[in-house]
Amino acid sequence: MKAPRAVSGAGLRLVAVGLALLFTTIVLVISGAPPLEAYRQILVGSLGSFKKVTDVLVAWVPLVLATSGLLVTFAGGLWNIGIEGQITLGAIFATGALRAALDAGTAPAPAIAGAVVAGIVGGALWALLAGLLKVYGGVNEIFGGLGLNFVAVSLTLWLIFGPWKRPGVGSMSGTEPFPDFLSLPALEGYRLSPWGLVVAILGFAVIFFLLQGTTFGLRLKAVGKNARAAFLLGVPTTRHMLAAFLLCGGLGGAAGAIQVTAVYHRLIPSISSGYGYLGLMVAMLVNFQPLWMPLLAFFFAALNIGSIQLPIVLRLDSSLAGVLQGALVLFVLAMEGVRQRWRRTPAPGGEA
Amino acid sequence: MTGEALLIGLAGVLAAAGPIVFAALGETLTERAGVINLSVNGTILLSAMASFAVAVSTGSLALGFLTGMLVGALVALVVAGFSISLRQSQVAVGFVLALMCRDLSYFLGNPYMGLSGPRLPSLAIPGLQDIPILGPLLFRQDLLTYLSFVLIFVTWAWVFRTRPGLSLISVGERPAAAYVRGIRVNRLRTLYTVLGGALVGLAGPAFSLSVKAGWKGTISGLDGIGWIALAITIFGGWNPIRAAFGAYLFAFLQWLGLVLQASLPDVPSQVLQVAPFPLMILALLLVNIGNTEWIERTLAALPDSTRLLIARVLRSLRAQPPASLGVPFEQE
Repeated sequence: MKAPRAVSGAGLRLVAVGLALLFTTIVLVISGAPPLEAYRQILVGSLGSFKKVTDVLVAWVPLVLATSGLLVTFAGGLWNIGIEGQITLGAIFATGALRAALDAGTAPAPAIAGAVVAGIVGGALWALLAGLLKVYGGVNEIFGGLGLNFVAVSLTLWLIFGPWKRPGVGSMSGTEPFPDFLSLPALEGYRLSPWGLVVAILGFAVIFFLLQGTTFGLRLKAVGKNARAAFLLGVPTTRHMLAAFLLCGGLGGAAGAIQVTAVYHRLIPSISSGYGYLGLMVAMLVNFQPLWMPLLAFFFAALNIGSIQLPIVLRLDSSLAGVLQGALVLFVLAMEGVRQRWRRTPAPGGEA
Repeated sequence: MTGEALLIGLAGVLAAAGPIVFAALGETLTERAGVINLSVNGTILLSAMASFAVAVSTGSLALGFLTGMLVGALVALVVAGFSISLRQSQVAVGFVLALMCRDLSYFLGNPYMGLSGPRLPSLAIPGLQDIPILGPLLFRQDLLTYLSFVLIFVTWAWVFRTRPGLSLISVGERPAAAYVRGIRVNRLRTLYTVLGGALVGLAGPAFSLSVKAGWKGTISGLDGIGWIALAITIFGGWNPIRAAFGAYLFAFLQWLGLVLQASLPDVPSQVLQVAPFPLMILALLLVNIGNTEWIERTLAALPDSTRLLIARVLRSLRAQPPASLGVPFEQE
């Protein structure tokens, strides 16, 4: 009976993709835009040349890092919406470390490595705060995390306009860019740093192994499925939840550090670029099949990068990518609901 | 600051809180029924954009407000359909809708960016507006702000003083018991999700046609308000009056940030603008911490006099969510 179940699952996914495209097409028609031309622009803008593909990979790196972290918190049944703030704090810590290294005249390699480590620590600490608020303060991680996201943004702005402001007057363009030797080396003539790719793949590999092949992963999933039952069976739930927050925050922080050391070379106001929220959607879609995550993240990153063409060529807003991504997740959820209804089985996982 | 300027400032706070009051009241009704509608942030943006677009195209403010409520009701219907009929996670659906509706508003609202549109005129109430202090504070507002004042008490009375309100509370607390008493749980939940959504939707035009008239896309300054409204719903302990108090407190703090700006030129304005957020976390901590186990354990170890005092303070702050909030109900 296994085979038909898988087939119907894949078939329903295809239906979901079709419905999401239909919905987005209707939105395009309403706004008076030529749908096929819009899709073509997204395709050309993301996969049209080697250069474009490397641009997609530049977005893929932080997205994969953030999503890897979110797979851990999801496994523990936690909605770590605070991931955006954790990316931001990673960027702040990395910037701080680079500034210190610049003042001290540290050699480039240890300075950059130190910045990435600092970023991981920064993200992990910010996540720990959300975790402590949840575990010991009874504050739902969704609201604690959201609040902390706003605080992280204001912290960034304060640094950019205050202590770390550019010589003269601070501006929304961010802090003074670091000299070239303090950035992760990029491919000649491209924005993509192979080191970023290495960090992302490494991060994903570690998390994949952790969730699929260790007792920690198994116990965490038990906590996520039924925290009370896991606790009664002797799993220290509090410690597992906090560990999940720390891991997720660390990976988010790494994403922020990469944004500073490899992409922007400075701290900018919206350094997290929404990759945390996007990662939540990717993690939701992957739903306990983490092997598919890198591919799906590539698709989402391609939509983001491809849609940058839209305002330039068709005078449309680039938020179309978000509409398509959201519609995709919604229809996949809908099809999942339909499938469960057909089988009359209770929802697996249930409420987060 | 002169007394008159202070009065005008505070009257502005009451008006600015209006949209948040609508959103928090709507979400309170929805959550009282046991459903979490997490889409509020996206709903407000989409309804703000749609109602502005309709008001600009038709020149009718009334149509604009209706559109806002309709958009809110429709998004809520999607949440209800997914969570009640298809039994998917309310949090997942709400979160995706929060993001998607935001992007949808930016995409579809692109042609309306920066257009000048109609704005709800202020409507001083003859006689009442001349009462010292209260007149300028309460009775020189626009129609929508008056509506926000009235709705606070209407919602409170509906929930706590009527029979339908009792049914509402019962489906949020003990749906199985309500079902046995002949209440159609899932139908009632759908109804209150949609009704609450319509109120949340009213917050959109309350911004785009009144408090922050116009549509400016990503720089409209509305992104984030919906999340605040959700936090205020919790802070309000699912009580309309307490939720409204939270909305006014938030608007007051934002106004205070602007006022302090003048006397603290060294602090960047962006920092003071977000000052309410950490305070909101603190508030959530205060209303929730009394529910945690370790607090009870710690308290038990304290001498009686101290324990009773702390316990009383915590109990007065504590807010208990509806027992079946977020839990789907299986109707046999």
